Amino acid sequence: MKNHIIKLLNQGIRLDGRKLEEFRQPLTVEKGSFPQAEGSARVKIGNTDVIVGIKLETMVPYPDQPGQGSIMVGAELLPMASPDFESGPPSTDSIELARVVDRGIRESGALDFKKLCITEGEKVWMITIDIVPVNADGNLFDAASLGAIAALQDVKFPVIDDNGKIDYKHKTNKGLPLNKVPIEVTVYKIGKDFLIDPSRDEEKFVDARLTIATLEDGTVSAFQKGGNDALTQEEIFNAIDIAVAKGKELRKLL
Amino acid sequence: MVYKREDGRKLTQTRDMEAKVGIIPNAIGSAMFRIGKTIAYATVYGPRELYPRFLQDPSKGILRCNYNMMPFASSGERSRPGPNRRAKEISLITEKALAPVIDLSKFPNAVVDVFVELPQCDAGSRCAGICAASMALADAGIAMKDLVAAVAVGRVEDQILVDLNYIEDSYEGGTDLPLAIIPSTGQITLLQMDGVMTKEQLKKAFDLATVTCKQIYEIQKAALKNKFGVQAQ
Repeated sequence: MKNHIIKLLNQGIRLDGRKLEEFRQPLTVEKGSFPQAEGSARVKIGNTDVIVGIKLETMVPYPDQPGQGSIMVGAELLPMASPDFESGPPSTDSIELARVVDRGIRESGALDFKKLCITEGEKVWMITIDIVPVNADGNLFDAASLGAIAALQDVKFPVIDDNGKIDYKHKTNKGLPLNKVPIEVTVYKIGKDFLIDPSRDEEKFVDARLTIATLEDGTVSAFQKGGNDALTQEEIFNAIDIAVAKGKELRKLL
Repeated sequence: MVYKREDGRKLTQTRDMEAKVGIIPNAIGSAMFRIGKTIAYATVYGPRELYPRFLQDPSKGILRCNYNMMPFASSGERSRPGPNRRAKEISLITEKALAPVIDLSKFPNAVVDVFVELPQCDAGSRCAGICAASMALADAGIAMKDLVAAVAVGRVEDQILVDLNYIEDSYEGGTDLPLAIIPSTGQITLLQMDGVMTKEQLKKAFDLATVTCKQIYEIQKAALKNKFGVQAQ
């Protein structure tokens, strides 16, 4: 199977007839899919289908950041989504997925954490982002991070009542303080070829991958390398070019 | 006192319902059931080999259900992911609600896994999950006597009503009675109750649940026919 994939890739085509740097279709982002959450989105890339839900809570700020709110990203690879996933405590894969999405948002400066402060040293907003694949057919990284950004854009703050408690039944019109829109694109290496958006079948034979978060101006804001193969500097810069170009395509969907 | 439903429904009226079959391509069978704001997805994987092996039954296959709310599903605070006591109990009663209609005698040592996942909950989630799960089992081609339809009925003040929403479900002094029914025989496969009812009220509640489950059954059948390209009559 791997030889077959590589042979095809050398000719510039994929198992499903796509080009190497082509996303699957349908490629869609739906915001507000689950309006009971403070923010939500659903991303479909081919048969990959990922839900992202956001809840807002207030909490005591971390002692080293008394004037800043915070985010927390969780990912659950539920056995519903693939025969490869099992019940039980979070797998390493799900933890990596959550942390890669977290890094893409946190490190880009997309969110102004200072504006999430309610009372310094006492009360700040905590934004929890939960990623749940419904059907996992490859490239969860890009689908999840795109969904997280879309869901963040969808967030409306709940009302805080006179006693300082959150009234989850009522939302305000106020959205999150989002300054930038980081977009993650993962570039995969199979054999000597570089491609994006692998299906579940292709993903099994990936030698290396590099997730790259980029901003509108082409700045890189986060990396995560995976897979067992090493990459050269040249390969990495090529991957960045792909991530910027493909990021533009994804950006249009938001 | 006459209780008026906050969402303007009649006492015998459910929230709007929607069913879809075959929504998750990785699964052998899958379905979605929505009632009001409550949404349940169900997927079926298997029959597949059951591990650890000591759980295997050499005389027949085993049905295993898992109910789970997504962390952002409920109104209010985020819930911690992973099974809690409530989810474990609902997983068990879901299994028992479905077991009477399915035949796994041809799959010794195997398991059929049913995963019920809820991205949004506003009361009635166990019943929505059972409705979705029975469609997903049918979609997976598991041998079944019939589908299972489920709904919660209950009492608020002196009134018997169907498909309780969150406000009615948590109404002080009220009663919540989730039921699952095999529509073709009228047999009951899930029965729980929180609260107090007289025998007369119970009879009324059972009748209301039976009528409603028949409506749900039609929606389930239409969704299955739709997936398999059979024209609904």
